[in-house]
Amino acid sequence: MQNDPKAEIARRSRRSFMVLGGGAAAGLAGWVALNRGGEAGDIPPALRGILGFNERVVRGALYSNDHLVRTYPESAIGNIKVNADFGLDDDIEDADWRLAVTPYGTSQPSARLTMADIRALPRVEEIIDFKCVEGWSCVTKFTGARLSDFTAKFAPGSEKAACVGMKTPDEEYYVGLDMPSALHPQTLLAYEMNGKPLEAGHGAPLRLAIPVKYGIKNIKRIGSIEYTDERPKDYWAERGYDWYAGL
Amino acid sequence: MNIEEKHKLATRWFHWINFPILSLMIFSGMLIYWSYDPYRIGIGSFTLIHMFPDWFYDVTHVDHKLAYGMALHFFLAWIFALNGIAYVIYTIVSGEWRELAPEAKSFGEALQVMKHDLGLKVPMPPQGRYNAAQRITYSAIIVMGGFSLLSGLAIYKPAQLRWLTALMGGYEWARFEHFWLTMGYVGFFGIHIAQVIRAGWGNLRSMVCGYDIVDAESSHAK
Repeated sequence: MQNDPKAEIARRSRRSFMVLGGGAAAGLAGWVALNRGGEAGDIPPALRGILGFNERVVRGALYSNDHLVRTYPESAIGNIKVNADFGLDDDIEDADWRLAVTPYGTSQPSARLTMADIRALPRVEEIIDFKCVEGWSCVTKFTGARLSDFTAKFAPGSEKAACVGMKTPDEEYYVGLDMPSALHPQTLLAYEMNGKPLEAGHGAPLRLAIPVKYGIKNIKRIGSIEYTDERPKDYWAERGYDWYAGL
Repeated sequence: MNIEEKHKLATRWFHWINFPILSLMIFSGMLIYWSYDPYRIGIGSFTLIHMFPDWFYDVTHVDHKLAYGMALHFFLAWIFALNGIAYVIYTIVSGEWRELAPEAKSFGEALQVMKHDLGLKVPMPPQGRYNAAQRITYSAIIVMGGFSLLSGLAIYKPAQLRWLTALMGGYEWARFEHFWLTMGYVGFFGIHIAQVIRAGWGNLRSMVCGYDIVDAESSHAK
């Protein structure tokens, strides 16, 4: 080195620290932009956009209805807790409960089904690991009808819709599902849990068991099913969670 | 006196991008972990420390931010992963891995380095860019980063990446590994900062500008 080493390193370090400072400022600006705006209780729009991007990547590159979730023996079944009771508090007697079905392309329910209609579909049993968005999981047995069989029987042609929306009878809790996940062979309209009829706290008389999604999508006490292209509103997506919530 | 290149431009960029990103990954990870926090340090029914105690949550305010934590985590993970993968590719292609990977003698020497650093009268073994302890630690951190990425993906998509989740020992094991790897980074960070402070200004400056002033006779041959 021809120059005085001290002067040379001072020159180099001045330049580098300016770049580092500029990088830190740019990073800070990015952080501010990432966290700006959004409704109260929801995440900022930039983060919502990234969740949407991640969903497209996963649906394009990973998701397949040939990917079955792991199933377990009876001995692995745990004791799942009642984690939430949103939408379970209505005055409808079990005998009066009906499932309103609105097929693709229509705006009014075409049928109001009874449990007997759903029990008439092929009965499917699965023991899967129910995964809560909070991080815990519990091996659970669900018995019911495949949503794909249900759709073919009671809303034929609705498979062409992009989404399925489900609500509790009082419309206090509601979920939106993408069609591939709804038609997944392990997605059930379940009427039994761990070998017994569904208890009230777990969503009697009929709930969704969709092991390719977090628990928040496994709506209890379903009152209506609607097939649409528009994304149905989703209780937890309105509160900051990923609309897709796929596993 | 002379000036000598200590760290390549690429290495410095990778390092200084990783530092804030990994910090924010740990922060958003805490927001997620809070909603289900089963881990502890203890044996049998005896618990030394619950991860984490109430006072920790009171001080850090990481509670009730699961949705935000997840959204943040799944954004930052892209930068963490891409920066880490680029670094590994760069280190292999440039041949710099030779100065980083532990050698057979590194494991014995590392003990010597540790004794020296703890102030015992043990001479520092001769070294290249990194001493034996650094070779082991920095290489381990990179391997840990890879495992964090894999265990994270195993938790993120256990249905679509079922094979990966199985490889990690299942869903619960993947979460356990992901957590303790993170505690490993926190431990590393503490030691790393202490060593940086000990090594002094010239060393820190070299991680920013790439160069340090060395006495001509102690300058190591390239």
